[in-house]
Amino acid sequence: MSSRDLILGRVRRALADVRQDDTPPVPEGPGRDPRYEQAVQRDYLREHGALSAAERVELLAENLADYRAIVHRTDADGLADVVAGLLRAHGSKTVLVPPGLRREWLSGTDLTRVPDRGESTAHELDRVDSVVTACALAIAETGTIVLDGSPDQGRRRITLVPDHHICVVRVPEQVVSSVPQALELLDPTRPLTWISGPSATSDIELDRVEGVHGPRTLEVVLVTGGGGQG
Amino acid sequence: MSGTFVGMPAFPEAAHEAVHNTTLRGNLRHATHTIRAKRANAVAEVSDWAALREAGKQIKDHTLRHLDRYLVQLEESVTAAGGTVHWAADADEANRIVTYLVKATGESEVVKVKSMATQEIGLNEALEAEGIRAYETDLAELIVQLGNDRPSHILVPAIHRNRGEIRDIFAREMSEWGRPAPEGLTDTPAELAEAARLHLREKFLRAKVGVSGANFMVAETGTLVVVESEGNGRMCLTLPETLISVVGIEKIVPTWRDLEVFLQTLPRSSTAERMNPYTSTWTGTTDDDGPQTFHLVLIDNGRTDTLADEVGRQALRCIRCSACLNVCPVYERAGGHAYGSVYPGPIGAILSPQLRGTGSEIDSSLPYASSLCGACYEVCPVAIDIPEVLVHLRERVAQGGPVTERGGKVVLKPAKGHAAERAAMRAARWAFSHPGALRAGQRLASRTRRFHPRTLPGPGRAWSASRDLPALPPEPFRDWWQRTNGGRTDGGREGTK
Repeated sequence: MSSRDLILGRVRRALADVRQDDTPPVPEGPGRDPRYEQAVQRDYLREHGALSAAERVELLAENLADYRAIVHRTDADGLADVVAGLLRAHGSKTVLVPPGLRREWLSGTDLTRVPDRGESTAHELDRVDSVVTACALAIAETGTIVLDGSPDQGRRRITLVPDHHICVVRVPEQVVSSVPQALELLDPTRPLTWISGPSATSDIELDRVEGVHGPRTLEVVLVTGGGGQG
Repeated sequence: MSGTFVGMPAFPEAAHEAVHNTTLRGNLRHATHTIRAKRANAVAEVSDWAALREAGKQIKDHTLRHLDRYLVQLEESVTAAGGTVHWAADADEANRIVTYLVKATGESEVVKVKSMATQEIGLNEALEAEGIRAYETDLAELIVQLGNDRPSHILVPAIHRNRGEIRDIFAREMSEWGRPAPEGLTDTPAELAEAARLHLREKFLRAKVGVSGANFMVAETGTLVVVESEGNGRMCLTLPETLISVVGIEKIVPTWRDLEVFLQTLPRSSTAERMNPYTSTWTGTTDDDGPQTFHLVLIDNGRTDTLADEVGRQALRCIRCSACLNVCPVYERAGGHAYGSVYPGPIGAILSPQLRGTGSEIDSSLPYASSLCGACYEVCPVAIDIPEVLVHLRERVAQGGPVTERGGKVVLKPAKGHAAERAAMRAARWAFSHPGALRAGQRLASRTRRFHPRTLPGPGRAWSASRDLPALPPEPFRDWWQRTNGGRTDGGREGTK
């Protein structure tokens, strides 16, 4: 007997005492099944407090900052200058650029641009100073930005290996209040990276230290009037 | 489950040693109290905590009731997304599969994300025996690995170490494993973290094979989820060419939407954060992004035996947040090593004896490693009634009875050490049904009380080794009642006027 059959057989025998008229499982295939909805009582909140769009953006900024992300605000016209200023202040000489990033976001800087290419080695990425990306959405209640690998965000590793990540969030349109609202909008078939502040550890006497393996500096630029898709 | 630490004594002896280690107690007290207070704040921030907890419990219970169905669904969805699914009935089989998969890549080293499942099966040791080096990349796991030590906490495996001890381990051991610690390393957490960053980065950048566990697996989509803080998880999940994830079969949730519950309760319960710094999800493989080969190894290793127990199966709801450890007065004093398993604390006391069976001395002692104060149940984000399962397992240890082992029904004999307890209970039953004998016995006991020893002789010695004997009153209650007419004539103190 294969281990697969062995394990499934053991599971079925173990469940012999469970009543047959029990709640039905989720059916195979896509879509919501009303029968599974009955199986679990979901009387928790979809969001904590009904926030206005402006309040949502405020809460996002506050929670990001609480986790030591550096938050900047600007409008569409000022964005190129803000990004250029951040790169300059960090002393960067090279910047990683996802293929679909809006060209005007980097129009204020003449740094060497390193394209996000499949064939780049990890060592090559390690030599790049900064990376600039867009995001899929941001979650106000938890202070989280989510990247889904779209062309304006690039491969997962480009926001991981360089030590300085600048992420542009279009507000208020890309900001949701809560985790349940975020999951509803995200596509599970894409690889997702949820980021709440820079890399951190609390493994030494539970003292929080920022920056272990991921980027040590996370700068989030909240931009109003950022327009449509990146 | 083969994860018993070799030569581990039963819990009372191990704990007896640990409580005399003042450094350990100091480190632990500081750590558990810090995180306990933070967690209470993080939980208080969400007004619907009770509803989230109940939903989490229901999702997990529902999943366990239909586990066969969801396992098959998960296998289909992972395969459809480009992954390969393997099934392992026990630790040995899981280790054989992973070793085979690593060897097939031609590599002799792997980078690892912190994972309870791979610790449980002893994967690092199994790989080492086959000439494959496994590098732990979580900072705390690195401290444990370099210190040739054992983890003592689910979330913070090196919680028993303070900064001075960590500095010494880094300075002494890093050069054995790769890049040495910087000259003049001090014991500030920032410097220690920096030393770990440099040491591990060279390993991440050259790694071809990553090994991980998973916090959740979504049956409907085939998605795996890892939550972490440092970014070492992201490194292992995205830089290598091959990713091997080793996950217990109970880690399934049915739908993508179900994550909305656990991504709210897990971070707040474990690290007391609104959200952990990094959460990664992946569904099979993605062209040109991350590992192009993905293997999922599903392990049973005692989980189906646990599922067969109507009371004990709730332990499989556990999402490994470790909140129960941080509130437990026994854990705080005894430390994680005393539990003799990768799962310490209250959850370990019910999980280990179920996964491994109660055959060994350590496993039969674990259900007693608790004061039954109930704090663990209060904080559990999936409402596992740990005290209920502890009492249930105590009964099993003391009285024996039918259980499932490796999928088959067996009848356990009562554990050896409990003969005296059973004899005492039989004697008590006889005495209480013979009032004359009880009265005579009580009088005798009261009148000889000056001569009573502080500990029990003979088979009772074990019981009184960790307890004080109750003092006997000078007069049995029944005699007092008779003499004073129920307190009405007792020297006028309680008398009627």
